[in-house]
Order: sequence, then C-alpha cells, then structure tokens
Amino acid sequence: MELVTLPSLMPTPTGAFPEVPLLALDTLWFQVSGTICNLRCQHCFISCGPDNHRLGMMSLEQVLGYLEEARDLGVREYYFTGGEPFMNRELVPMLAQALAQGPTSVLTNGVLIKAETAAKLRGLQDGSEYSFDLRISMDGYDAATNDPIRGAGTFERIMQGILRLAEAGLNPVITVTEALPDAQTREGRGRFLEFLRRAGLTQPRLKILPLLRMGAEAGRQRGYAPWESLAGAHLTEDELRALQCSSCRMVSAVGVHVCPILVDDPVGGMGRRLKDSLRPFALAHPACYTCKVDGLSCTT
Amino acid sequence: MHDLKAAPATLGKVAFFGGIYSNHLALEAAIRLARTRGVDAMWALGDFGAFGPHPDRSVELLMEHGVQAIQGNYEESLSTGAEDCHCGYTDPRDNHYAQISYDYTFEHTSDAYKRWMGTLPKAARLEVGGQRLRLCHGSPRQINEFLWASNTPTPFIERMLKDEDADLVVCTHTGIHWQRRDADGRGVVNVGALGRPPNDGTTNVWFAILSARPGGGVDVEFVPVHYEHGLLARQMAQEGLPQEFIETIETGWWTTCLEILPARERAAGRY
Repeated sequence: MELVTLPSLMPTPTGAFPEVPLLALDTLWFQVSGTICNLRCQHCFISCGPDNHRLGMMSLEQVLGYLEEARDLGVREYYFTGGEPFMNRELVPMLAQALAQGPTSVLTNGVLIKAETAAKLRGLQDGSEYSFDLRISMDGYDAATNDPIRGAGTFERIMQGILRLAEAGLNPVITVTEALPDAQTREGRGRFLEFLRRAGLTQPRLKILPLLRMGAEAGRQRGYAPWESLAGAHLTEDELRALQCSSCRMVSAVGVHVCPILVDDPVGGMGRRLKDSLRPFALAHPACYTCKVDGLSCTT
Repeated sequence: MHDLKAAPATLGKVAFFGGIYSNHLALEAAIRLARTRGVDAMWALGDFGAFGPHPDRSVELLMEHGVQAIQGNYEESLSTGAEDCHCGYTDPRDNHYAQISYDYTFEHTSDAYKRWMGTLPKAARLEVGGQRLRLCHGSPRQINEFLWASNTPTPFIERMLKDEDADLVVCTHTGIHWQRRDADGRGVVNVGALGRPPNDGTTNVWFAILSARPGGGVDVEFVPVHYEHGLLARQMAQEGLPQEFIETIETGWWTTCLEILPARERAAGRY
C-alpha cells in the first residue's frame, strides 16, 4: 500500500501549462487494434479488453494512407500497438509496408504468436534493410507475479510466444512495468535478465516502463493527485527535446493524437491528417507529469 | 573556427576519421595509410577520447599531423567540465561503462587539450566532386544522435539533407561504418570508428576516404586499418581499464554499450 498522506500535503501547482513544439516528426505510432485486446491487464492505462470498442480497428487502407503521408514528411521510425495488434488481421501486410520505408516495432502481449506467425515475422525481418523489433510485455518471471496483473494462465502463454519468436530467430525486447518491484532496482533488473537468458534468449533485452495512473491502473492503485501537474512549469530546451510529444504522433481509426498515451482522451486529439498535427501541445494532462518527472519514453 | 555560412573548401580526396576513443595506435596507422593514399586533407569527426589508454597521445597525433577536427560529445563534455560524456545512452548498463570510460579520460586529459577541444567547431562544410558535404559528429541536428544503418531510412535522410541544404552528411558516433545514398550519390556516410572494431569479430578498425570522381560526384571507400591491437590491449590493462573493454579490442566483439544498438546491429554481434 502507498502512503497517501504525504503527497496529499503537496501544494497544487498553478499557472499556465508549458507548450511543447513538434521539433521534428521522427516517430509515428499506429493504434492498429484500438482499445481491443485479448487480455484485460489490471494496470492498462487505456483499460483495453475484449469488450472495449471505444477505439476500433484501423483498416489497411487507413494505415497505408498515413504511411504515405509519413514518407513525405520524412518520418524516421514506426511503432504498431493497441490493444493487441495481432488481433488486427491485416497486421502483417501493414508491417510489410512500414518496413519498406523505415525501422518498425510491434508492441504485443505475445499470446497470439503461433509458430506460423513467428515464421511470417521472420520473413518480414529478412525482407527489410531496416530494423524490425517485437516488444513483449510481461509483469514478472513467474505466474505468481505476472498472472494477477495480466490474467490467469497468461504467464505460460506469454513465455510460449517469446520462445516461438526466439526459435524463429527473432530477439524480442521484453517490457516490464514498475508494477514489478524488481523492475525498480539494478539487482532486480539483473535477475530479470538472467531469467530471460535461462529461458533461451541469448541476447536478452529489457525495457522498464513507469506506470501511468489512469485507466485501469487508477483503480488498481490510485489515480493522479492534484499536485501531479505541470502547471506553471518552465522547461529547458533539453527537457522539451526529451519529451516524446516533441518528436512523435499517434494515429488511430479516428485520427491523429499527440502521443501514444493520450489516445483515449479528447485533450490528445490533433486532427485528421498528420499535416494537421504539426503544432505545439500544452502539457495539461496529468500523464504529462509522468513523462516529465519519470522520463517516460514509449519508444524502445 | 569554421563558419557554416562561409564558402566551403573544395577538395579532391579527403580522409575522415570517426571516433578515436584514445586508440592512438590505430590513429597513427590510419594517418600513415591516408598519406600513402594521397589525401588533400584529413578530418577527425570527434570523440578523440574514451575507452582506450592515454587520451593525450591521440590529441597530439591530430595536432602533429594537421588533422582538422570538429567536436564530438566527448570534446563538448571534456571542455565544459561536464560530469558525464553525454553519449546519449538510455539504459543503466550502457551508462555504467560509459561513466568508467569518461572518468578515466577526464582525469588523463591535460587542461590545455581540454581548452583546445573547446575551440573546435561542432560542424563544418566541404565540397568534394561538386557535392556539398555537411560534417557532424552524431547528426547535423544533435551531437549525440545515433545514425545507424538500420534506423536511418531514406525518407528521413531526404528530410535531413533538405534541412541542411547539403548533398552528403558525413558522421560517426555509432562506431559502425555504413552508407546509404541515392542514384545521384546523395545521402549519409557514417565513417565508422578508429577506436574499436565494428562488432564483427575482427580486430581491424575503419575510416573512410571520399574522392571526387573525374566527371563529378563522390566515391566513398571504407578503409580497414590493421594495427598493433595486442599492444593497445596491454596498455589498457596497465592503465587498469575494464577487462570488458580489452576483450573488445582483442576479439572484435562489443561487450558494453550494447543496449543502444537497434535490433539488426545487435543481432550481428556476439553479445
């Protein structure tokens, strides 16, 4: 349990929210499966699940349209996420097109990756001159720590997905949130890497993500408090550059969003086309506090 | 100081040295090679120190042989007294070894050389074969940005060239040499590094020679440098540098600062 008495004494900041210009559109995210997911993780910041259709699937046509616009704008890299992106039946042709014009990553829970899928993904990797990355999320190195957050039986299924990728010659990045206490210490991260090595990943790669106190996570622990705000804050040039909203945009079935986090909140809406979205964004959402203070970056 | 707005020097054949990382033995061998190839000029693109022993020796070689130079993140940090190298790593494991390397280099670089580093420009322009070259350490927009072959796609390069009003960006910082150019020869040339092998299991290191073609345009040649790597390893051991760094010099496989590698470059190495 967290102590809430101390933070509650923190003063609520006041003043204007700092504005972040889009310095360069380097990273484009695709919310290809919207909020639709085969799992219902307890810490999901957009409460994805099998029955959450607030944001729907993107069509291949939509993705190709944005890729064309991105090529003209000189985008450097592409990320595909959801929901669970492998629930979108057109994911593989989407990835093939993205990989023809830049490095591409997919963020997945790994549960739907069968041997046949892994073979197709290997084909995508071999067919591109650019890097292709799979990123698999899990929340512990056994069922006892992982399953309470991701769902009963998911640990086994995630591990199967990871091993199928490894057998196909792909080396996924494993993503862990700070819901796992070990993710917060150097020794703990060392233990996790050793676990992955023993599981069969010869070059284990690990990314730790802070939790966002919104969506399902707000109910699991707590939501943002009034003091978790960037009102009145002044950001240096380096701090602006470090924020992902200075270099990325997210697209979904309904249009362009400022970043991969504010995809389910009207405040993050930036228009229909990428060219509409190249304007500054005010850091008025409490999640912006996490990006600034914890240095969150959704890219690998 | 080199002024980016001034008319660039027009040259026929130029050698470019990437990160030297205090590998003074490789630098000496590379300068010799470049001279036998008849270059008009030699340029060092920053990161003279790091990783290897006796950082002042590399600086002295640059000065003695008239190698022109721009700053890398190391020179920027050393000359401003920064507490770390600003290498641009994001993983704690990468930063752990980067700090060992920087602390050693900071301690063993003389104050006069640190001041000299502070006088170097961060960018320069040249003209070779009618092409406008934009020299930088990491990328034109950021001294510590990593331009790897597998994550620097053509549309991004086209935007960079347009922003920079250039035909060729010549850079280093990653430690692995590569080029991506269009049919007109416009694009990016990453000249690699003299400091350590490119994570390929060989012990030689690399630099690049850019030459004007008789009819216009630029030829890019990556030149392997064989040097006394065993002697460098012994000097590193005498200086108490980490065994992990020595292993890379002896085997050609990177053992540290691996987390920053994109998937494709990572998969090509041993670790």
